[in-house]
Order: sequence, then C-alpha cells, then structure tokens
Amino acid sequence: MIWNKEAECMSSEEKKEIQLNRLKEIVKRAYENVPYYKKRFDEMNLKPEDIQKLEDIEKLPFTTKTDLREAYPFGMFAVADEEIIEVHTSSGTTGKPTVSGYTQKDIDIWSEVMARALSMAGAGKKDKIQNCYGYGLFTGGLGVHYGTQKVGATVIPISAGNTNRQIEIIQDFNTNIITCTPSYALYLAEVLEKQGVDIDKLGLKAGVFGAEMWTEEMRNEIEKRLGIDALNIYGLTEIIGPGVAQECMQKNGLHIFEDHFYPEIIDPKTQETLGEGEKGELVLTTLTREGMPIIRFRTKDITALRREVCDCGRTLVRMDRITGRTDDMMKIRGVIVFPSQIERALLKIEGMEPQYQIIVTRPEYLDELEVQVEASPALFSDEVKHVEEVKRMIEKQIHSEIGLRVNVTLVEPESLPRSEGKAIRVIDKRNFE
Amino acid sequence: MKLKQISIFLENKKGRLKKAINVLSQADINIRALSIADTSEFGILRLIVPQPEEAQKVLEENHFVVKVNEVIAVEVPDKPGGLDGILGVLHDSDTNVEYIYAFVEKNSDNAVVVIRTEDIDEGIKVLEAGNIHVLTSEEVNLL
Repeated sequence: MIWNKEAECMSSEEKKEIQLNRLKEIVKRAYENVPYYKKRFDEMNLKPEDIQKLEDIEKLPFTTKTDLREAYPFGMFAVADEEIIEVHTSSGTTGKPTVSGYTQKDIDIWSEVMARALSMAGAGKKDKIQNCYGYGLFTGGLGVHYGTQKVGATVIPISAGNTNRQIEIIQDFNTNIITCTPSYALYLAEVLEKQGVDIDKLGLKAGVFGAEMWTEEMRNEIEKRLGIDALNIYGLTEIIGPGVAQECMQKNGLHIFEDHFYPEIIDPKTQETLGEGEKGELVLTTLTREGMPIIRFRTKDITALRREVCDCGRTLVRMDRITGRTDDMMKIRGVIVFPSQIERALLKIEGMEPQYQIIVTRPEYLDELEVQVEASPALFSDEVKHVEEVKRMIEKQIHSEIGLRVNVTLVEPESLPRSEGKAIRVIDKRNFE
Repeated sequence: MKLKQISIFLENKKGRLKKAINVLSQADINIRALSIADTSEFGILRLIVPQPEEAQKVLEENHFVVKVNEVIAVEVPDKPGGLDGILGVLHDSDTNVEYIYAFVEKNSDNAVVVIRTEDIDEGIKVLEAGNIHVLTSEEVNLL
C-alpha cells in the first residue's frame, strides 16, 4: 500500500528539483531566523545564495548534538513562540536533552510521513494499531499516534510497559499492527509463549519496530515467534521523530522520505561525503521543517544509501539497516566492535535466546570482553564437558564475527534485565581516567 | 533398566543451590540422591527423585534450566571392593564413565551407584553381561 504515490514514486529529476527548491528555502530560513546558523554561515563566509545545486549542500556546516545542546532549550527555533504548538525532547541519556519544536505545519508533515510509514506495514482504515511506544516527551508515542490517525486506522494508545495488559489488549481488541522497540517485541513473544497463547489465533499481521538497533537475525526471530512481518522504522527527535525512513514489505532497506529529509553519508573521521553504497555516518537535513530547520545533522548512525528502484515501486532512496553508531562503537584492544555484530553471531546459534549483555573491563592493561548469554534447555546438558563445548562454540562464533577472543558466561534464564524501552546491551566498566 | 535423572543449571552465585532445593521442598519432592559438578563459572546439580517430570515442571516454572536424561543405577555391597568390581567390568569392556555418584541405603547392606556412560544402552549391556544387577526406577524409589 503506497500512501502518497506522487511523493513516493516520483522521477529522479522531479525529486531533485523539489529537493533543491526546498533546500534553498530552508537554508535561507535558517540563516535569517536562527542566530546560530547566521553566526556559522558568517564565520564561513557563506550566504544562502551560495546554494545553486544540490551538491552545494557540502559547503554547509554540520550541526551536531552538542550544538543543539548548547542551544537548549529553544535556541534553534526559527519561528516566534506563538507558532510553536508542541515540543519533544531526546532522552537525554548522554547529557542535557535536545529539544525539538513543532509548528502546526511540522505536525502535519510528521503525520504525513508516519502515515506513509504505517502504510508500508499494510495499515489501512480497518486496522487497529497497538502503540506500545512511550507517550510523552519521547517522540515514539505521539509520532505513531499522529500517523495512525492520518491513515484513519484505530490507534490503541497503550504506551510502554505493563506487559500483561499489552497481551490482554492484543487478544481482546484483536490488534493488527504493533509498534514498539524490537527488544520489547521479543519480550512480548516470550511472555505470550509462557502464557501458552496460540499466536495463530491473534489478529497480529505486522509490527513497526524501531528506536534501537537490531539485526536481520532478530527480525527472523520476531517474525517466527509472533507470526508477523517485522519492519524497521527510523527517525530521531532532532529531525522530527519516527518517520524519517521506513521499510516496505520487500524488507530490503528503509525508504527515506527524501522530499522532507535530505540524506548524505559521510566519513565520520574526514567528514567527506561518500558515494552510493559506501558505509558511513548518516547526515540529515530537514527540507520542510518550520519550527526547527536543521542543516546537515550528524546522526552518528552508520549506514549506506542505495538508489536502485525498489520492487515495491517507490523511487525513494533506501538506507541499510543501522549497523552501529559512531558512539556505541566499542574499541576493544584497538578493534572496532559493534554490539550488533555480537547479536548477529549469537542468533546464528540454534536454541539461543536473543538476550545478552556485553561487559567490557580492563583488569590490567588489556581490554576483556565478556558476553553473558542465558542458558536454555537447548544449550544445557547433564555433562560439564558438553556445556563447556557449547560455551566454546559460542565464543568461536563471536570470534569469527568480530575477530576478537571473548569470554562467554552462561547465566540463568531471565536473569538478564528485560527492557520495555531501549535495551541496555553494553556495560563498559573500563576506567579511562 | 534406565533411571531418570534431572540436571539443573546453576550459576555460581550465592543462594542458587538453596533456591533450587527449596523449590523441590515446596513441591514436596523427596531427593533420593544428589551430586554437584562444579566449575569456576557454573555448576550442574544432578538429582534422582521419585517424580522427575513433576520436579522438572516446578523448577522450570521457577526459571531454572532443567534437563532430564537417563542414567544407570546398580546395587553394590556396602563393603570394601564393592565399587571396584563394577568399575572392573566397565574397564574390561572399554566403557568410558562420564560421571558417577553413590548413596548408601538405610535398610540394607547395599549402596546404590549411579553411573553415566557415554552410551547408556551399551553400559547396561556390559554390566548385565558381567552379572551385575541393574536397578529399575521402582527398585530405586522403594529403597
């Protein structure tokens, strides 16, 4: 189901023309209304008129999370207070949160892109969408909420948490689409199994999962255990919230709604723009936001862009699933390791529960990586040597994925913390002081 | 005759053994024999109980990883050389013992030895050929 054929299937020339016009406009608006951008442009001797073609975007300065934090709370707003009708913030786990301000038009854009996203998951007017993203300052809850209403489906605004209630509602309301983090989706599957619920009797057909990184193996696991199509959604508060990009049923990358958000991939070290298919940091520019235009925001998310037309008919560029973040990238004994690599290795093992925790320590001068996984009947035996073989097999599997020796510890089932929001996968105990 | 044994995964953490035993006690399950294999990181608690299925159920409900598998139980005289005789039979036939544990009977002069060989059927065949009485689960639980 394509929500907006005109926008999602336009020709490349048409798209570029729209993007260029919008880019010129937003750069002008940012320069004239946001003191931060005026200052940055002036320092670089740049004028909005310097943007004559799309590639000229590379002349523009980057905006980082730190820049936004320094403008806390409302320093990046480009309109008068009376125009702002809603605010959201990032989680603020790494310091002061960043604030995003929305005008009515911004909320309309958000509803539109979320309607496109939910349509990709097959949402129609008759569907009931159980929205288990948290409502509040976090953008997940209201983003899905607005999109559902735009589509004309029924939103069940249950918010995050209270798993027994979630399961009761899934059954009683005959929920068709569920939206939450992928780790919570797995947790729901686990509890459903424990309660002996027959998933074939549920109305669930698809899930829109995001707000944290996940792997293809995890998708297979969720699809198998919940009997649904599990699709990936991407977004961030600084840009708008969820709805920057979404996977279609081809499950072959996320379509970026590039008539509203202009993507680039850069080398995080040299900051040079990279070509199609090259892996690097995603940089986004809002093309239509009124309340808070953002130019070249460094997302810290690592992905690559693909331009060949998708089998679904959409011409929108696709980004690979996020494989890491420049900041949750771990450097272990000098080797770059992403938690997603470890997850991929674990999920290749039959009977492995997708619950794990990575603990990084530095007992002397060398980093040690411990991966805790939950024992399961499939991994366990009455003989010590078999359990130790399993442990070594897991260690080998991870070793071949990341190129480093790790120590795997089997822990008892359900002893690793379950999360109702973003799962905490890495505990770094190294002391760098 | 094969005997059912339950094995429980224990993390090397305070209170885990006690918790497992407490779960069985709450379910009114008597432990006939017990052994623990311990490594620096985890332990395997192995038990012979009259109701292995029931024990597995209550332990799993309490989030333990449990495996039920089969072992061999034999009766030996509770005197010097009792065990040696059995091991001799196994040794002579090149049968490898994975682990072994024993308990003494209250009402007789015998001890019961629980043996895990790599191949249980093979182990039973060898022992019986050596004229050693392999116990049935009924016999063990009646002791």
